[in-house]
Amino acid sequence: MVTRRWLPALLLCGIALPAWAQDRSITLASTTSTEQSGLFGHVLPIFARDTGITVRVVALGTGQALDVGRRGDADALLVHDQAAEERFVAEGHGGPRRQVMYNDFVLVGPGTDPAHIAETHDVAAALLRIAAARAPFISRGDRSGTHAAELRLWQQAGADPVTGRGQWYREVGQGMGPALNTAAAQNAYALTDRGTWLAFRNRQDLRILVAGDTRLLNQYGVLAVSPQRHPHVKAAEAQAFIGWITGPAGQAAIAGYRIHGEQLFFPNAGSPG
Amino acid sequence: MDVQDLGSAFVAAMALVRHGDPDMLAILGLSLRVSLAALGIAALVGLPLGALLAVARFPGRRAVVVALNALMGLPPVVAGLMIYLLLSRSGPLGAWGLLFTPQAMVIAQAVLITPILAALSRQVLEALWEEYAETLRSFGAGPWRAVPTLLWDGRFALLTVLLAGFGRASAEVGAVILVGGNIEGATRTMTTAIALETSKGDLPLALALGLVLMVIVLGVNALAQLLRDAALRRAG
Repeated sequence: MVTRRWLPALLLCGIALPAWAQDRSITLASTTSTEQSGLFGHVLPIFARDTGITVRVVALGTGQALDVGRRGDADALLVHDQAAEERFVAEGHGGPRRQVMYNDFVLVGPGTDPAHIAETHDVAAALLRIAAARAPFISRGDRSGTHAAELRLWQQAGADPVTGRGQWYREVGQGMGPALNTAAAQNAYALTDRGTWLAFRNRQDLRILVAGDTRLLNQYGVLAVSPQRHPHVKAAEAQAFIGWITGPAGQAAIAGYRIHGEQLFFPNAGSPG
Repeated sequence: MDVQDLGSAFVAAMALVRHGDPDMLAILGLSLRVSLAALGIAALVGLPLGALLAVARFPGRRAVVVALNALMGLPPVVAGLMIYLLLSRSGPLGAWGLLFTPQAMVIAQAVLITPILAALSRQVLEALWEEYAETLRSFGAGPWRAVPTLLWDGRFALLTVLLAGFGRASAEVGAVILVGGNIEGATRTMTTAIALETSKGDLPLALALGLVLMVIVLGVNALAQLLRDAALRRAG
């Protein structure tokens, strides 16, 4: 019987899955921007070489990454939504929060720039022009750090994009890459972190139109998940990672990551949060 | 995606295969291991269940059949979410520590394809049972005794059922990305890698990975067909 003869072989395949209670590894819930920009591919092998600890990255939006931490499904978090991170610490899920690095958000849009935002360097003015022109704008809509930053910028500009929901203001509820794919296909504006933008390949007519406003700062923080609340977490290894990434070796590794000669992330663990 | 992209996807696919890209081979190997393990588990549960439903008559049987048929359409992301909540450290099976491991992906795929194997094998074997029922009964074989005989006699038709299950398992992305986490070097499969490359806007590479996956699935199906033909010839 074909199936009977094959079943043991099939089951063996199951058992032969990588035995991967490797000696030392941690699960890091982090953001799509850090993973998809290639930063982790550059930095984590250096950490593994220095310490013998493997970091397994689950890349999610910041909101979802914090949820994974709350459930105890990760040992440490590296995310970019300071307000949400401080709530996480205040609720006793982990911490303390340490800042790691920053880069910036940029407003991208089609070369034709129907809302004429390239003329301004003021992000609030640019958003108001997009809203006034009812030009298509792609929002992440996924509780990610970039989504939180976008909502904060609209609020600072004194505009409520939700009135244009389903028309010019389109929430895709997906990661940065899919949101950029959508913006490229619809010739729409979008807010993106610079790291994902630099690594993104399907730009079509999209280009950076507004950058450099101080309100576009994108700060990343790192936190350990509370071992009091979740006794199974690998607290020592998580602390080793946090110590390393905020220390001289980790900070130098971050500064050393470049795409086409351009530095993507700027270490700032030393400066006050 | 224009013609040029398709062309560069083919070129990229050829390059991936020709250089035997080690990362891709590891991802491909994991995909096959996970899907075959899920198929093995689903076959152990699904095929006997299908055979039993084909021969046994009991109250509520029709309801079970309808439920199985409906479960064939279980949305992968729903299955994934349920398994995520079960395996999460805060969930009932959290102590097993299986979330974000290949084992979690095996469970998710097995849950998705067990109803497919059970429902399809029930249908295949029911037709066979109608032919055989008289003969088997005349030997005094009750439904329970008939199950192994039916599974054996229906083995060639059941191969197609297994391939349908394997196809669904290896093509699936919604559930495995949730419970596996798409961790590089640990739980990245072909389908989650395709999703990731699409996110990065590298559409040619995503499509190239898709082409490789399709060729592999085609190869598995061809191999199964060859085995079946060889076995048929031997059986005369």
